[in-house]
Amino acid sequence: MSDAKASPPPVLPGSLKANPRLGQWLRFDASGYVELCPGKVEIGQGIITALMQIAAEELDVEPARIHLKAPTTAESPNEGVTSGSLSIQDSGSAIRHASAQARAIYLAQAAEKLGVDADVLRIEDGAIRGPDNLATSYWELADDALLDRDADPQVAKKPSGARTVSGSSLRRLDIPEKIFGEPRFIHDRMQASVLHGRVLRPPSPSATLKNFDDARAKAVPGLVAIVRDGNYIGVIAESEFAANKAIDRLRWDCTWDEKATLPDEYNLGQWLRSVPADSNVVASRENKDVAPKVRTVRRDFTRPFVAHASIGLCCSAAEWQGDALHVWTHCQGIYNLRADLALVFGLEPEAVVVEHMEGAGCYGHNGADDVALDAALLARAVPGKRVRVLWSREEEIAWSPHSPGMAITIEADLDEKGEIVDWRHQVWSNGHATRPGRGDNPTLLSAYYLEKAFPRIVAGNMPLQTGGGADRNAVPAYNFPNFAVTNHRLLEMPIRTSALRSLGATANVFAIESMMDELAKEAGEDPVAFRLRHLDDPRARAVIEAAAKRANWASRQKREGTGYGVGYAKYKNLASWCAAIAEIEADEEIRVRRLTIAVDAGEVINPDGLANQIEGGAIQTVSWVMKEAVRFDDTRITSVDWETYPILKFSEVPAVDIEIINRPDERALGAGEAPHGPVAGAIANAIHDALGVRVYDLPLTFDRIVKAMQEAD
Amino acid sequence: MSESIRLSVNGKEHDIAADPDTPLLHVLRQNLGLTGSHLGCGLNQCGACNVLIDGHVIAACDTPLWSAAGKQIVTIEGLGGRGNPHPLQTAFIDEQAAQCGYCISGILVTAAALLKSNPDPDEAEIRSALDGNLCRCGAHNRIVQAIQKAAKAMRSEGAAA
Repeated sequence: MSDAKASPPPVLPGSLKANPRLGQWLRFDASGYVELCPGKVEIGQGIITALMQIAAEELDVEPARIHLKAPTTAESPNEGVTSGSLSIQDSGSAIRHASAQARAIYLAQAAEKLGVDADVLRIEDGAIRGPDNLATSYWELADDALLDRDADPQVAKKPSGARTVSGSSLRRLDIPEKIFGEPRFIHDRMQASVLHGRVLRPPSPSATLKNFDDARAKAVPGLVAIVRDGNYIGVIAESEFAANKAIDRLRWDCTWDEKATLPDEYNLGQWLRSVPADSNVVASRENKDVAPKVRTVRRDFTRPFVAHASIGLCCSAAEWQGDALHVWTHCQGIYNLRADLALVFGLEPEAVVVEHMEGAGCYGHNGADDVALDAALLARAVPGKRVRVLWSREEEIAWSPHSPGMAITIEADLDEKGEIVDWRHQVWSNGHATRPGRGDNPTLLSAYYLEKAFPRIVAGNMPLQTGGGADRNAVPAYNFPNFAVTNHRLLEMPIRTSALRSLGATANVFAIESMMDELAKEAGEDPVAFRLRHLDDPRARAVIEAAAKRANWASRQKREGTGYGVGYAKYKNLASWCAAIAEIEADEEIRVRRLTIAVDAGEVINPDGLANQIEGGAIQTVSWVMKEAVRFDDTRITSVDWETYPILKFSEVPAVDIEIINRPDERALGAGEAPHGPVAGAIANAIHDALGVRVYDLPLTFDRIVKAMQEAD
Repeated sequence: MSESIRLSVNGKEHDIAADPDTPLLHVLRQNLGLTGSHLGCGLNQCGACNVLIDGHVIAACDTPLWSAAGKQIVTIEGLGGRGNPHPLQTAFIDEQAAQCGYCISGILVTAAALLKSNPDPDEAEIRSALDGNLCRCGAHNRIVQAIQKAAKAMRSEGAAA
């Protein structure tokens, strides 16, 4: 401690740490462009545009000169999984650093060639100019050997005030193709595959095949092969129509033994609290110097299982050449998928090439990895031929990993004056992570159904220090003198669960913010003022104040049937700060009318892209909070289509008004998951404000609210 | 089972040799390479595969090939392209009215039909017209704004003509 002034040795930022070679990130091409090779993938969030802006800025080239290379395990940097709103932090910081260094290397090269000092040279759109009309360019100097070296931790980057491209609302690269219906999605680019595959899922997760009869399916014209491996059944055909027809026949003709292994949907909280669990206090603060408690307020909350419910269907293509496998996928982590595919087929990872292509909106660990295994399993029956596999809507909703149901209990101890002296937050939930590539066994769906079935993995959680899982955002943001957070991770997993946008944060913040509103009401304080009184962090206070001001919180008009509520969280307790104010209207139905959101994500790379992410996240949260729950009976998942799993419709979408607090000199933080918790809390509080009742179980459906009103009478 | 069926898509005639029960969407994507219309559910519940058939918005996923024979089909590719964008396409790019974009082609088709029958829809009319089109990313409000913008552009174009 005596040597506290010595600064730590500089380290490489973000993903550059694990992938230090500069040439892996970018290269200059003599024909006049820069090839940028991030390992993070586009999943509908606009990330590639933001990464391109960062590179263009540091390199001093027009953004149009940056060509994005699709990630592939054959050569791209291993940036793990594109998740957790970390791409700007991990990849953006790496690309900024690598680009700045590449610029310096090329500038030195130019100086040598031109016989001048590097500091008299300037770069304009890749042209390097000096005094007396001296000139060269990246393109003239282009030589991959120059970047065939590791990054140096120390490199000068542009000061924030000099940035012009990064920080502007550059239009997204990928949007025109999507607007003109040009092939950009994997579904479209792989459509011309020779063969098409489909899978017959069992009727329920633990069903086993009783009688296999493929006589009628075999007779479908255009059928190429039927693959059966244990409880796994798939077909390959010359057309999608034929593949579907064969699957339909197999569905009729095969019979299964089913077991009632699913919990009681109507007593979810009870089930969650009764399953054997691994229980740990994951965070706490102790301060004995407080007034004694005189009473405890306890509230119990639940959240149902939630589906990804992307509009697109999971899709993949695969092709075997001998023992080498090539897979095209829209998954979030190409290296992770490669590791699990290698496990299933008993191959060295290097025998598998996983190449990314864009898919439909991805909000977490959906079925993208699973369908890649399906493609590989089916393609194995037709060596040398590429097979494209597309999931059905039913597979998408019922068989993708679900976000787990959660039960939460919060107890707040109050002293004589009503001040909060202790706060205990408990959460019961399956883990929020069964991502592939992290263990000795694969986590890919179909691996559980093969003749040599792999053991089923029970979901875990990341440690809280890196964001947590079920316990994400369970740590209160407020300055309570004492608190303890206990996470009960269930050790049984009848419904397969994994990561969905924000993981446990939405439910935890919903619970915390509901509780804070109740305590504010008991204390007779304004909910915004009550929160501010419990917050020391100036950036937290700033977003709440900004949202309140923008929503005219102080002068809001209380009218019959309308209500206003506030919610706040700092995502993961370590990323973007976000506050939301919801306005709801209750008459024959209950509708969220308006959301006003303030967000601080540090340095903003693309303001419109950030607003789009916040707006999208907020609207998705309205859908989760007001409508969504995966339905099931004791045996089968019964949410199988858009009628049995309805999501928000256009006419139900509220107005969303966003204020971004830009801090160009602060670290850029991911924000795509920041609004979920605050919006969920704000809606619950607005409903209470309008109707005087509180619903503790998500979703906040009309029936539940009416029931709460009847009980209150 | 296969027979030849004549299909008119985006103003071009095609003779399709396929089972007449094949969903129109499969034919558009697989036989004609028009992959802009997307399969989202196969159940006529999400609108991702919407096309115009004789001017009506129809889900191509559960429309059998035989029923489209001899009718005028327009897909997203027929609405406009880079050289001749439909005002809706221009407005969607201006407003950055998409996130993942998978639902967008079906939404553009629905919106094109709306603006044909109602050149000056209010916000509620636009939202109600789009209730059969699902979007999961939360691009709804930008989409509505883009349609309003396109409607305005088309009206002033019409007035100028």
